[in-house]
Parts: sequence; C-alpha cells; structure tokens
Amino acid sequence: MTEMQITAEPGVPQILTSREFAAPRDLVFRAFTEPDLLVQWLGPRRYKMTIDRWDLRDGGTYRYVHADEAGNEFGFHGVFHGDPSPDGIVQTFEFEGAPGHVSMDTATFEERDGKTIVRINSVFQSVQARDAMVDAGMASGMSEGYERLDDLLARLVANG
Amino acid sequence: MATTVADPLDAVFGALADPTRRAILSRLAQGEATVTELAAPFSVSQPAISRHLKVLEHAGLISRTRRATARLSHLRAEPLREATVWLAGYRKFWEESYERLDELLETLQSQGQETDRSRPSDPAGRSTT
Repeated sequence: MTEMQITAEPGVPQILTSREFAAPRDLVFRAFTEPDLLVQWLGPRRYKMTIDRWDLRDGGTYRYVHADEAGNEFGFHGVFHGDPSPDGIVQTFEFEGAPGHVSMDTATFEERDGKTIVRINSVFQSVQARDAMVDAGMASGMSEGYERLDDLLARLVANG
Repeated sequence: MATTVADPLDAVFGALADPTRRAILSRLAQGEATVTELAAPFSVSQPAISRHLKVLEHAGLISRTRRATARLSHLRAEPLREATVWLAGYRKFWEESYERLDELLETLQSQGQETDRSRPSDPAGRSTT
C-alpha cells in the first residue's frame, strides 16, 4: 500500500493528495459516490457521518454532517459540477462553521494493474483561506488537543 | 508597517519543494557536513549546492558555522516539525479516512461479485421516487 502523498506548495492556494487503493476503479468510484458506502469511511472513526442530501448529478447538491461522541456536529455542503463519473468528480466544498469559504475539489480515479490511484485537487479562494482551513485541522476539531479532550470527555461520560 | 512579513512556513515549504534540498537535509540528519561533502553525491557544482544551502538557511532549516576554512551545515529540526504540524490535521483526516476505505474495499471485494450492484454509469437513476 502506498502512503498518501500531500502536496501544498507555498504561495499556491491548492492542496493535492494522491493515494493508491487495491481495488478496481469502478468499485472505488462507488465507495466515493454511493451514500451507504461513503458514510462507512469518510472522516475519522470517532465521527458518525450522516448524509442529508446527496444528489449526484450536474448541479446536484449534497450535505453531510460529522458528529462526534460529545454531540458536536460539523456540517459540510456543496454542489456537483458536471456529471460525476470515474473520470472525475468536481464539487464545491464548504464547511458550515466558516460560511463563504469554499474550495473546489476535483477527484480523479486512475486504474493501473487492478489498483486505483485517487487524486484529489482542492483549490481554495486564497492561500490564506487554504492555510486557515488546514490550520483548523479540517475544521472538525482534528487537532490532537481536541482529540485528547474528546477522549477524556468520552471516558468521563462513560458507558451511558 | 508597510513591510510584508512572509509566512515562515512559505519559506519552509519552498525550501522543501526541491529534491536536491531534501536530499541535503537527509544527509544532514546524519550529522554536520561541509559544502564539499554535501556536493559529493550530486552532479551539480559546489556553487549550486551553496545556493541550495542559502535557501535552507533562510528557511531556518539549517544553521551554518565555520571550522577553520570550511563552513559546516547543521540540520535544524524545529521548522520541519512546524511544517509537519501544519498539515498534520489535514493529513490525519484523509489518512484515517483512506484506511477505512481500504477496509471497506476489501470487504466489498471479498463479498464477491454475486451481489452485482447498479453500475455507476446510471447516476441519474439513483434518485428516489
């Protein structure tokens, strides 16, 4: 399994990631686009993902929520541009905790010898917006400090 | 103030964007070295290596001291750590997601093709009635 590559060049409002998966691209594409599959992997394990809207077509909108154990909810929404296919998914992405800060994400799926390389190109409105987004740790309380706090709270709340 | 202070991370990422400079840092991770020593594994001139060292020094990734006539370069880890921390949350989000996706894909494949589901070629057909 190849490690995920992240490229965030200085001065360019963009983040590129790439990762190889041991599955054919049609299957990987399904995992990215079928709601019942998507909720099983997108986001850290300790978040429960629910999908409010998922209209996978040109101009269709989506919205989903990540909820942590403490009941904090993080909503995300956007619009699909062009008909999503294994050749590419283009969508806008906005964290509802920072309205108006929108990135445009392009995901491509390249099959090689039965494996699939997924590349995501996220373009932000400015370098500052990109850095703020990354600084916020995907804006979902992903920083270690919060994580330890959540773990502590989860232990305190215990097996309710 | 009229001057614009560039984000120090810009300098760090700029310095790390070059493969020769990354190789120099890897070499320095093993201990201090002179320009001659650093240039040895590369097919570039010593002045070119010196220019790379200036970029690394400007980014705070190395410090340089003098021993007799030789200038020694040392790795400084702190800016590297900051650069890693900067992307750590983002990386963690996707790495953990993708590990889960690995597991899901494995499960889906081991379940076999007997439950051959609707092909992704009919996305419009997925709307509810």
